[in-house]
Formats: sequence, C-alpha cells, structure tokens
Amino acid sequence: MADSTAQLSRSRDLDKLLLRSGHLVGPNFEPGPELRDDLQQYARVLVVGAGGLGCELLKDLALSGFRNLEVIDMDRIEVSNLNRQFLFRLEDVGKPKAEVAAKRVMERVSGVNIVPHFCRIEDKELEFYNDFSIIVLGLDSIEARSYINAVACGFLEYDSDDNPREETIKPMVDGGTEGFKGHAKVIMPGVTPCFECTIWLFPPQVKFPLCTLAETPRNAAHCIEYAHLIKWDEVHSGKTFDPDNPEHMQWVYSEAVKRAELFGIPGVTYSLTQGVVKNIIPAIASTNAIISAACALETLKIVSGCSKTLSNCLTYNGAEGLHTKVTEFVKDKDCLVCGPGVLIELDTSVTLQKFIDLLEEHPKVFLSRASVTHRGKNLYMQAPPVLEEMTRSNLNLPLFDLMDKIPKDIIHVTGTTSKSDKKMSCLRKLRVVFKGIDGVTDMDTAGGV
Amino acid sequence: MAEPKTKYDRQLRIWGEQGQAALEKASICLLNCGPTGSETLKNLVLGGIGSITVIDGSKVEVGDLGNNFMVDDSSVAKSKAKCVCAFLQELNDAVKAKFIEENPEALIETNPSFFSQFTLVVATQLMEDSMVKLDRICREANVMLIFARSYGLTGFVRISVKEHTVIESKPDHFLDDLRLNNPWPELKGFADTIDLNVTDPVVHKHTPYVVILVKMAEEWAKSHGGSLPSTREEKKEFKELIKAWMIAMDEDNYKEAIEASFKVFASRGISSSLQQLINDNCAEVDSSSSDFWVMVVALKEFIANEGCGEAPLEGSIPDMTSSTELYVNLQKIYQAKAEADCLAIEQRVRNILKKIGRDPDSISKTSIKTFCKNARKLTVCRYRLIEDEFNSPIQPELQKYLTDEDYSVAVGFYILLRAVDRFAANYNSFPGKFDGEMDEDISRLKTTAVGLLSDLGCNGSTLTEDLINEMCRYGAAELHAIAAFIGGVASQEVIKLITRQFVPMSGTFIFNGVDHKSQLLSL
Ligand SMILES: [Zn+2]
Repeated sequence: MADSTAQLSRSRDLDKLLLRSGHLVGPNFEPGPELRDDLQQYARVLVVGAGGLGCELLKDLALSGFRNLEVIDMDRIEVSNLNRQFLFRLEDVGKPKAEVAAKRVMERVSGVNIVPHFCRIEDKELEFYNDFSIIVLGLDSIEARSYINAVACGFLEYDSDDNPREETIKPMVDGGTEGFKGHAKVIMPGVTPCFECTIWLFPPQVKFPLCTLAETPRNAAHCIEYAHLIKWDEVHSGKTFDPDNPEHMQWVYSEAVKRAELFGIPGVTYSLTQGVVKNIIPAIASTNAIISAACALETLKIVSGCSKTLSNCLTYNGAEGLHTKVTEFVKDKDCLVCGPGVLIELDTSVTLQKFIDLLEEHPKVFLSRASVTHRGKNLYMQAPPVLEEMTRSNLNLPLFDLMDKIPKDIIHVTGTTSKSDKKMSCLRKLRVVFKGIDGVTDMDTAGGV
Repeated sequence: MAEPKTKYDRQLRIWGEQGQAALEKASICLLNCGPTGSETLKNLVLGGIGSITVIDGSKVEVGDLGNNFMVDDSSVAKSKAKCVCAFLQELNDAVKAKFIEENPEALIETNPSFFSQFTLVVATQLMEDSMVKLDRICREANVMLIFARSYGLTGFVRISVKEHTVIESKPDHFLDDLRLNNPWPELKGFADTIDLNVTDPVVHKHTPYVVILVKMAEEWAKSHGGSLPSTREEKKEFKELIKAWMIAMDEDNYKEAIEASFKVFASRGISSSLQQLINDNCAEVDSSSSDFWVMVVALKEFIANEGCGEAPLEGSIPDMTSSTELYVNLQKIYQAKAEADCLAIEQRVRNILKKIGRDPDSISKTSIKTFCKNARKLTVCRYRLIEDEFNSPIQPELQKYLTDEDYSVAVGFYILLRAVDRFAANYNSFPGKFDGEMDEDISRLKTTAVGLLSDLGCNGSTLTEDLINEMCRYGAAELHAIAAFIGGVASQEVIKLITRQFVPMSGTFIFNGVDHKSQLLSL
C-alpha cells in the first residue's frame, strides 16, 4: 500500500494532490507516481528575478515538487533587501542575488538543483528561454516583463487556421507587488492575453513637466527632481548622475533643500529624495509571500494539471480590509506580440513599392510611410536618409524575391497611422502569403522576433 | 548589525517609524509551526517584530521536509518548534526568538493564563474545539488573536479581537478635504483677493483650481438660492461655466478645475460612516475608555459646535497647477485652519479627560494631531466570538452565500473545513487521510456536512459532490504553496493589527486555491 511509504516520504502532502484523481482538475491531469516523478525529472522552470518575489518563488517551487530550477538576475544584494528577501543575510551584501538564492535553497531542500544566472535577461540567447517548461516572472520592471513576454511569445507558432500550435506555447506566470497590493497572472501565449495585450493595466509613471520643476515648484518632489534632472547637469557637465552613489544622492538632497527653502516649500528629506530619484516602490515580505505563493501554485497546476488554473489574473489588495479579485482578461486579437498578425495575400509579382502603397489602403492596417523588415533584414527604411538611400533600389523589386521566395512568412512594418485625427507611429506584424505557390504546407511564424 | 533604517527602508515608507516601533514592541505567540505557522512568522521576523514564541509539541518527520522550509534533513526526529525557531532567529538577530516544546491544545486546556503575556496569538491548524477555547481565553485577556489554517487547496484566516480602532486607516482613494463649497472666512477671503479676469496669461494659467472652484461655487450658490449643482444638467452647466473662463487651450489649471468639479458637488458635512461612529455606544466615555473613544467624544462635540457640522480640517492640499507663491499661501491657509481646529479638539480632549478623572495631559498633542488629521477616516472593527459564529452564524448572510453562485465554492469550503473537524472528532482521522478509505470517507463526509448544515439552520442545503470529493482528496494535506499564501495573508493582517494602521480584514477569509475565487464571509 502506498500509505506507509507516503508517510515516510517528503512528498507526503503533495502526493495527495498528484496521486489522487479529482473532479476539479485540469483537462490533461493523469494522477499517479509517474506524474510526481516526471515533475521532478523533466519539468524545468525558469524564475526571472531573485528579489522579493524570486526568493519566495524558488522556495515555493522547490517545495512544490520541482527539482530543476534556474534563476536569472543581474542584481547584487543590498541592505534594503533584507526586510523581505529572506534567503539573504547581512554578510551576503554585495554578492549576486541569483547565486546566493540558489545556494540557500539547495542547502535546505535536498534533491533540488538550481542553476543561477548572474546576468541581464538580454544577455541570454533566445534559445535559452525555449528550454523551459514554464517561465515564472518575479520582476518589478515593466520593460523586463515586456522583454520576456516578447521572447516567450516569439516561440509561438500558428497553424494554417490561425490556431496556436499547442507545442509552441510557452506558459508564463507573472507576479508583481506594491506595498499591501499585488497581482498574479497566468499567460498562455496565443490563448490568454499576453503581457502586452493588457499593458494598459500598468499606469504610466508620473513625470513632472520640466517647466513646473524649473519655474513653479510646489512640493518637495518638485524640488528634488529639479536638483536631480536640471541642476545636476548644469553643475556637473558631462558627469552622469549615479543613483547608487551616496555622494551624488547627498548632493541632490542638499540642492533640493536649498531650493525648497528658496520657495518656502516644506518636506524635503533624505529618504524622500531617495524615493523620488530612484522611484522606490515600497515592498514588504507578506505581500511578496502571498503573490509568490499564488504564482508557484499556478505553476504547479499548469505543469501537472492537478487542479483548474487561475483564469487569468488575480489581484490582491490588503490595504483596506482584504479584497481579492479574479479577472478574466481577453486577448487583444490584433496584439503584435502574441497574435498571428494580419493576413495579406499577394501575387508574386507585387513590388515592394506597390506593397507599401497597398498598406495605406488596407482596411486592417491603414499604415502610411511604411518601413518594411523581413527576418531582421531591412527591405525598405523611410529613415534615416542613409538607410533610405541604401534600400531605395528594393522598391522596384518583387516582394516575393526580396523575401527569398518564401511562400508564407511574417513581415514587420512600422509607419504612421491615424487614430481619431491623431497621427501615431506603430508597429504591425503581417502574415504575407503569396498566391499560386505549390507545396506550401508549413510556415515559420517565429521569424523576425 | 545593519543600520535598521536602511534595512527596513522599504517598509518604513509604508508604516513609518511609529508603525515600526509598534512592531518592535510586539510579542507574538505562534501555535503549531507547520508551514502555515512558520511562514506567518517568517514574514514578521523579517519585518523586525519584537519577539516570537513558537509552541509546538511535535517532532520533525520526513514528510515535514517536503512542505516546511524551516526544517531540513538534519531536523528529523528533533523538536519542530526548536528547529523552526532556530531558522527564524537566523533571519533577523534583532528579534527575540524562543520556543516551547509543548502541544498547543494541551496548553490551552491546562494553562490559559499563559497567553495573557502576548500582544497577539497566531493560532494555526487548530481544531474547532481548541479554537473556541482559545478565543474565549484571548478575549478575556484582551490579547489579539488570528486563526489560520491550510487544508489541501483551501484554508482560512480569521481575526478575533473584541474591538480594533484605527486612526491611520490610510485609504487609497479618499476625497480631499478642500471645503470648496463650504469655505471658512480665511479661504473665502483669499479667493476674494484673486481676480479671475486677470489679463496676464501667465498669471491666468497659474491660478490654482481651488481658488477657481471656491469662487465659482460661491457664484453658483448666490444665483441658486444657496444650493449647489445637483442634477446632471446643473453639473454640466457648472462645468461649462468653468470652461468659459479659459482664455487659452493649454490652461491646465482650468482643466483641473473641470475635472475636480465633483468636489464642489459633494455634500457638505460629515459622512454617514463618521456619523455612525460618533453615535456609537462607546462614545459615552468613563475612566476606563480608550484614548480613541475619548477623542471621538471630543470630535463629536467639535462637530456639533465650532465645527459647524464639519470634522476638523485635514490641512493638506493635493498638488495642482499653480504659481509657487499662490500654492504655498494656499497651503498655509489650510494648515492654519487645521491647526486651529486641532487646538479646539485638544481643549475638548483635556476637558473630557478631567471630567472622567484622568490626567488631562495623558493624551499627547501628537496623538491628538494625528487623530484630527485622520478624523474623517476613523475606522472601528469588531469581531464576533468564534463560538457565536460557529453556533449561530448570521442567517441571512449564510443563506445568501449558499444561493449566490459567486460564493458557492467559498461557502462550501467553509462548511467542509468545519465538517472535517467533526469528522475527525468522530472517526479519529481526517477524511481521505488513507488511500484505501476514500469512498467510505466521501460518503461519511457528506453525511457530516449535511448534519452540520442542518445544525446551522440550513436544512435542505447541499454541497456539490465535486467539492466533497475534492475535500477528501486533500486528506488534510498542508501544501507549501497554500501555507505560504495563508501565512502571508495572516502576517499582513498581524502587521495591520499591531501598527494600528490600515484596515484589517473583516469576517472569515476563505481561500479558494482551485480558481482563486476566494471570499470574505461575514458570519
Ligand atoms: Zn498579446
């Protein structure tokens, strides 16, 4: 009987979930010891970020049946991390977060292997990311999220009916916190909205108009930003401001104090100066724990099928009472990152010039002054002048030839479009299909990312 | 040791030095240090809680290594409380950490006075009868209590405190206290000195919206028999009137005025929730009343007298397009009024203290100032005794939950979390604990749940087979990710209770780890 061994096994509790059948489970759930073993042997999880969320995620995943984990983070440990990044101690300050975090979890949870990567996420080959069953994001930057999202969505391929090919879907679980609030999101590229589909959820960062800083400062933050963005450059011509240099910060602080005195504005403190200049987001252990736990749980569910999954975004707010909410966001079907792109059928004789003209009229595109790129190669560029000149001769050539006679492929175009009388620059992903070409069964839609 | 200010920087930005000081003074008792309890304490120890006492009578088993990060291979067969305590101490040497190797349930039975030494007790994975007993003990001793439990993919968190009053509730979105439609003489006088007809475009576009709206509201009231815009038509008209003053398209101050015009439409006087609070029974004070209620009485008197129906002015203004000079002057006018209001409240506080036989200076000026600044946001939370909830849940709420689709899974888990304790009391083990008894346990649990529902006055209500089956599948497993979530929630609530900042959760939080549609049940 499994009972007696289960009591002695470290997966005593997890086995209940993985070995027993249930009614509220994922469609592909196949309970049994093989599932537990597969999770240990074959599932590979990448944790992006080894900060407040990353430390928790590594622990949670290591105790959720995963044994092959990797973590990537470019930062080193700072004293102000210690109130929540529980894998770090005072003597670790200055060491790479990824390395220390990996080591600590391996020390405590035997059988787990964690490979740390102390580098920028952009430093890795794209194929590095394709190696994982799932990617879990514990980041505080929108740019980094966008990057990983674009990479994961780049692996996505669509079949000829515009349905995502299941084997190319790279699931992501994204977590984020601020103070007592946080979110956890499950992203199945091509199925549920990708990060870019719902980027509007992130409010734009408040930036003060320069004229306010220069002429009509009203509060302490205005005085600080004046010292940081205007006065620094006036005084230190050429020297870039380094927010991690305490002397630089001290200088900004004392200039801000002077300015505040001049205008009779109260409230400039060193702590506020740091907060404004570094755009510090308050962070606490408990919220990181909650959000990471939700992300790790969803990771386990997606990989094992042992339960239904979050569909698709959880928000948690503990600031006023306790509120949790699940929102099912919908995919932006025209999303340039995760969508299949707009389908355009062409004759093989159509020239690049004619193609560009056609985009201006196309009801789904409406793009004027288009620049065209195919698999990273510039076919025609409107600017700068040097590039325009270099690519001008392509305009009279058939697009089919320029695309190396590939019958179906992705083209990226940038140009301007008019939305309610406002001109906006935009990027579009197009699927170009040439009519009357035989032997076309497959297409590679991953090109160009 | 690291400079605590740097170490705690990211949290000081949330609860400030006062909140931090409260945490550092607090002593926490944890009952049972499985993953739910350990994770709760971990988050508190990192934040610099004063002291912790870990109580658990069990030895570490191999199974514990799979769900609890605070124990490792070398801990097997050792005291769990000791191992967990040692790891927690490693996280923060500023925290006083100790452990007692004793069964919490036995401690509740034999030594109830033990708990009175703590600020707050975190009771995890307790069975129903121990919860009820501990609740009575802590209520009697005036010790704050939080229950937390993880069970398969579900669990709950429940606060039990007789009364928790919050001055600094720090709501996210709260209407500024600008008095645009009810200006005091100094504000009105200041607005009168400014001419909106000014021809200098630079001056025109730097007139703060507060001044614009005070003037426009006054004008409107004059021509409308003292009343403010109330219908949709009137509000639209009011906005058009503001727009008509613009002399250029780029006048942000006028755009802000149009956007902020709803602040003019808001009714004068105090909110209904504040009205309710000052009418509370506790607002009859005697020498045993807390500082909070003494100040509420002063507030009540203030509103009825010199406040003319308004609470003391908050005294701060949001950033707005303005010349520096006008903005700073405006700020001073608001501050001066806030200080005057605060002084009036202080007088009243001192008098009340004298009347109830307390030292008139026993409430500090700083406390009174904080109280005044937050007077519109005061919050009182009260929690039923767990025994009362268990024996007589609020019927209309329970009926609503049982029939409302949004609540059906959460209330199902609530019933089943209680049913498994009854089950365990009857059959000496939780349902689904052993693989071989699954089918039998499912039908037994169903019978137990139906019996519980009928005891709660819900005859005829049933739970879905899926959920009962799911609960048996869990077999009382304490999964790490669930424990980390529940422990995270519990620690966040502990922080709110101890710092007396932000509003703690009400009711019982039922975690739904299946699809995350968790709910708060007020029973
Ligand atoms: Zn997308």
